[in-house]
Amino acid sequence: MNTQTVAYDSKVEGEVIVTRADAVINWIRKNSVWPMPMGLACCAIELMAAGGSRFDISRFGMEVMRFSPRQADCMIVAGTVTYKMAEVVRRIYEQMGDPKWVVAMGACASSGGMYRSYATLQGVDRVVPVDVYISGCPPRPEALLDAMIKLQEKIKNENSVKNLLAEHPVKKIRQDAAS
Amino acid sequence: MNEIEKSELLDRFAYLSERDSSDHLAVNCPADQLIEFCTVLRDEFQFDMLLDVTAIDWDVATPRFTGVYHFYSTVKQMYIRVASDCKDNIKPTLPSLVPLYSAADWHERETYDLMGIVYEGHPNLKRILMWDSYPYHPLRKDFPLAGIETPLPAEDIVGQTNLKVAAAPMMGGPFVSSGDGKMSQTEPKAKDESWNEEKGK
Repeated sequence: MNTQTVAYDSKVEGEVIVTRADAVINWIRKNSVWPMPMGLACCAIELMAAGGSRFDISRFGMEVMRFSPRQADCMIVAGTVTYKMAEVVRRIYEQMGDPKWVVAMGACASSGGMYRSYATLQGVDRVVPVDVYISGCPPRPEALLDAMIKLQEKIKNENSVKNLLAEHPVKKIRQDAAS
Repeated sequence: MNEIEKSELLDRFAYLSERDSSDHLAVNCPADQLIEFCTVLRDEFQFDMLLDVTAIDWDVATPRFTGVYHFYSTVKQMYIRVASDCKDNIKPTLPSLVPLYSAADWHERETYDLMGIVYEGHPNLKRILMWDSYPYHPLRKDFPLAGIETPLPAEDIVGQTNLKVAAAPMMGGPFVSSGDGKMSQTEPKAKDESWNEEKGK
């Protein structure tokens, strides 16, 4: 009988697994995202609901909400960011260790939402590089879970080793052509 | 009860004048006599709580700014509204009520921040909502809702991100309700609905 073994074969390889560094690093990273809630408005309530037992974000390996940027690697910006707060958001983002990701939760964080006014930053992507945007006002907890799973997919496909060796892999923030 | 209070107040203080009101007792008081009047309100008429300090910008009219105060009496369980015109249209001032009511502190800071009324005698009159170096008073009539391009104070952050206050896209707004008819049929709408982001650029 001729059976083909495409992956790990303990008889041949013993206790050694051959793979790519990227695959291992990304696999580890994507299953242990430590989010930091940047709760600034009503979206934070939905964020809390996602952390509670009913929606239970821990099913997907990202439940360790840390309230210090130094212990977190994913900032969830949940709420309206004013210009006064924008500086603080950026400073907190910079205190997070690399690699780090940002999720813009809800209309306000993504684009300013209904606050077309002198006080409100029109999208948090103008101060920090956003990986995933969530629509909704506020989004349902399921939408947040979906976004976090999308983020995991994104992390899975990153060039981790290349980024590790690169001189500070700078993610781009949004720059307006007009302004 | 309001009528008794009103006639009592108007009889006693010659400088007061009656103010149109569809709800509570309301009087106009000149800025010079405001402290005196409010002291009597608190000590004799038992208006022991200052609920709100705000102001009105009448745009081109003179006097342009009117300070408005709402007091509540926890004893009589009634409200009074006191309005006081600012003499100067360019640099409006009013006396601070902080020595009388400690609640006035943050309210006056807010009104100073957004309307630019200087409360003389306030112990710590600095902005409470916008940052200290912000050059405008955004609730004034001549300030556009979208905002005016302004630099931000944090130089290091600005250096990294090129961030500044930019006028917000108004999408043909501001969005206003016509206010006549059922709420379901008078949703807030932009006045100019032909606007979109492509054309806006």
